[in-house]
Amino acid sequence: MKWDVFLDAFPIVISGIGITLGLTIASFLFALIFGFFWTFTQRIPIKPIAWIFTWIMEFIRSTPPLVQLFFIYYAYPMVPHIGMTLDPFTSATLGLGIHFSTYIGEVYRSGIEGVEKGQWEASTALNFSTRQKWTKVILPQAIPPTIPMIGNYLIILFKEVPLASTIGVIGIMQLAQDYGAKSWNYLEPLTIVAILFLILSYPSAILINKLEKKMNRRFDKKEAIKTTHSREGAVM
Amino acid sequence: MTIEGVIIISAIGEIFQELMRGVNITVTILIASAFFGFLMAFVAGLCRLSNNAIIRGFTGIYVEFFRGTSLIVQLFWLYYALPILFDIHLGNDFWAGALAIGLNYGAYMSEIVRGSILSVAKGQTEAATALNMSRFQRMRLVILPQAVRMMLPEFGNYLIQMLKATSLVSLIGLTDVLYYGDNFRDNHLSLAPTAYIAVLIFYFILALPLIWFTRKMENASKKGVAS
Repeated sequence: MKWDVFLDAFPIVISGIGITLGLTIASFLFALIFGFFWTFTQRIPIKPIAWIFTWIMEFIRSTPPLVQLFFIYYAYPMVPHIGMTLDPFTSATLGLGIHFSTYIGEVYRSGIEGVEKGQWEASTALNFSTRQKWTKVILPQAIPPTIPMIGNYLIILFKEVPLASTIGVIGIMQLAQDYGAKSWNYLEPLTIVAILFLILSYPSAILINKLEKKMNRRFDKKEAIKTTHSREGAVM
Repeated sequence: MTIEGVIIISAIGEIFQELMRGVNITVTILIASAFFGFLMAFVAGLCRLSNNAIIRGFTGIYVEFFRGTSLIVQLFWLYYALPILFDIHLGNDFWAGALAIGLNYGAYMSEIVRGSILSVAKGQTEAATALNMSRFQRMRLVILPQAVRMMLPEFGNYLIQMLKATSLVSLIGLTDVLYYGDNFRDNHLSLAPTAYIAVLIFYFILALPLIWFTRKMENASKKGVAS
């Protein structure tokens, strides 16, 4: 490790942090909104349709996000009729957003299932409309306990964002690789990237952990919230 | 049927053959990294429960470092750093890929190992002590058999994640499924959608047994356990 190279690379690599964080937030917002779509499709009363969507979800979740990014960036423009060229940032937002929405949808579902049956019956007994049932009774109880899990997925998503460098999003990862290609010093810029990830994700993980403990105490639902696939592991 | 339709159908066979050439690397990388991963998971998971503060500290640093940074960064870092820093030449990129994925998921799975061991009821340890078992016997005969069944569904999940992660090794030049898919796309630009959908289907087919295993284990781990 050469310190002069390290210091030389530092300002260059860190200048990409805005793009990296911007992509994290954009794709996360996309995932949060699109997650409702999957939750909704799981509640369609016609079983075969719900079943088809379950398998589409499983398909997206079990295949590599890297290939999905390539599909959106390289292949989608070639799709007849609906295809169009998307810039790298938009492609990455869509790719990561869709991939993570399948996880977020599952979190919403677990939150809704965690609401006790009596709550549904009580709101029916009180003559609430469907809309009132959801907005006044079910969702206010379903969403807060899932916040720590959603936070976990935000951190996982953040760690997946450097994948976007493969389609040319110029975040910290791409800048580090450019620097390496130019000076043939890969080690220092990549070390900087690793440090940046560590100092951003580690404190957030501790924060989420604290939040989770607090929520568990408040809602006492340690068992209610469980999703398929990993709860806190990297998604990649 | 349109002309494009005919071209696509006739290309599917060709794409399929191309991708088959990469299955070997994808599967062997998965097996090698799963081996490293489970090894690290049990070593680190047990070390974090050690009475020795230094061992606990070191494994803590390992786990937090690999969980705190992203896999693609670790992969490139190992790829470039191992030869420079330690003068280790792994011979080829295969081991850099397997090592990166194994170390990364080993760190995640060590938390599963630790959590499962801790969640075995305390009475079990007390009963084993009352039966005059040594610390090692307690772990081997009483605690681990109960903990492992709790770990299995989570391990299944992580195997699926590892399979997805193997696609990254195409970035360091290994010839896996994605590599041949990319290759095909370079030569037949207009067939890009078909090529990538075929790649996705390949990964999904490889994932299906793992998904089945995970579901099976989820049911098995719930059955017949006194809580």
